[in-house]
Amino acid sequence: MYIIVVGGGKVGYYLTKELLAAGHELVLLEKDPRRARQIADEVGSIVLARDGCEGKHLAEAGANRAAIVAAVTGDDEDNLVVCQMAKHHFDVPRTIARVNNPKNEELFRHLGVDDIISPTRMILGAIEQDIPVHELLHLAQLEGGELEVLEAQIAAGSPAIGRRPGDITLPDGCSLFVLIRDEVAQPIRPETVFQLGDKVIAITRTDCEVELHRELIGESAVLEAS
Amino acid sequence: MRAIIVGCGRVGAGIAERLARSGHEVTVIDISTEAFTRLESDFPGSAIRGDGTDEAVLRRAGAAGADLFYALTEGDNRNILATQLAYETLGIPNVVAKINDPVRAEAYTTLGLATICRTRMLVEALAVHAGLPSEAGSQGISQATGQHPGGDHPPRAVSPAAGTEA
Repeated sequence: MYIIVVGGGKVGYYLTKELLAAGHELVLLEKDPRRARQIADEVGSIVLARDGCEGKHLAEAGANRAAIVAAVTGDDEDNLVVCQMAKHHFDVPRTIARVNNPKNEELFRHLGVDDIISPTRMILGAIEQDIPVHELLHLAQLEGGELEVLEAQIAAGSPAIGRRPGDITLPDGCSLFVLIRDEVAQPIRPETVFQLGDKVIAITRTDCEVELHRELIGESAVLEAS
Repeated sequence: MRAIIVGCGRVGAGIAERLARSGHEVTVIDISTEAFTRLESDFPGSAIRGDGTDEAVLRRAGAAGADLFYALTEGDNRNILATQLAYETLGIPNVVAKINDPVRAEAYTTLGLATICRTRMLVEALAVHAGLPSEAGSQGISQATGQHPGGDHPPRAVSPAAGTEA
């Protein structure tokens, strides 16, 4: 299968090596001549020091017979233009774009790019699994670190849902003082009923954080998070 | 009307001034605040620092619901991305991308974008000055000739009330 790779950064470089090892016919376009030469020294004369965004360079690289064009530069705008030119001027059956800003994924798909690779989203996804999502957010420290201002998000599974402040057993020296609901801050009154999606701002002694966590966020979330 | 201009170079600043002084609501976006020194100190529009190819920045600049969008940075591809974002995602009906590479400019008019190509305009002006015959389509803005790959303009695009009034 004939493949054109555009962009000889780390992604393009390793992709080129893998594809060659798998026995594909391939050309790499890298516009920086120094970088192009560096890669060519290693993988041979399949590297063109050309800007793949330009139609005539894609033509030179044989885009009209390519089965796949993969645009993997670090710039979304360049990757988009490569894929659009490949698709609409050379009828390349399959275009692949690396998308660095996750917000561009939908647009690129809408504009006809066949496959989207989003390293940012992959990394974010991987990191989010490692980070406890249901956490108390530390906003500020008071009194030299003895007291803390925290924000708790009332998420699914929180034991506080449907309860009033009086129903919640809080450790001494711990008080709930502001509720943020629908982006509006309001005081917490005795008749306030906590709902899913509320954010509660609390002041607590540092050593009461665990109890506060249990009351507002819940045990299950603690287990999930670990 | 409401106009968004990405890129506050000489061209961007120039058209921003003209539009704003004619009573239109203008927002200029540039990645560098330094660029805004090209605007007169009493520029009646707004200037926002940010990446004009980033949807979040465009939204913050109030681009959703604008009437006019010009992408005038020095990067052809940045202008291409910004313009398609403006048209497809934000539903701005009237967009123009500055594309200085004539080949790419031509390609994108057939892909449904209105483009303006400095190279072609200057070559044309000089050729005419030298006594050569004028070439059709080399002056000013090239209107889109083809269908945009994203299909027809999204209907959520324009509210008819979106101020055509200066």
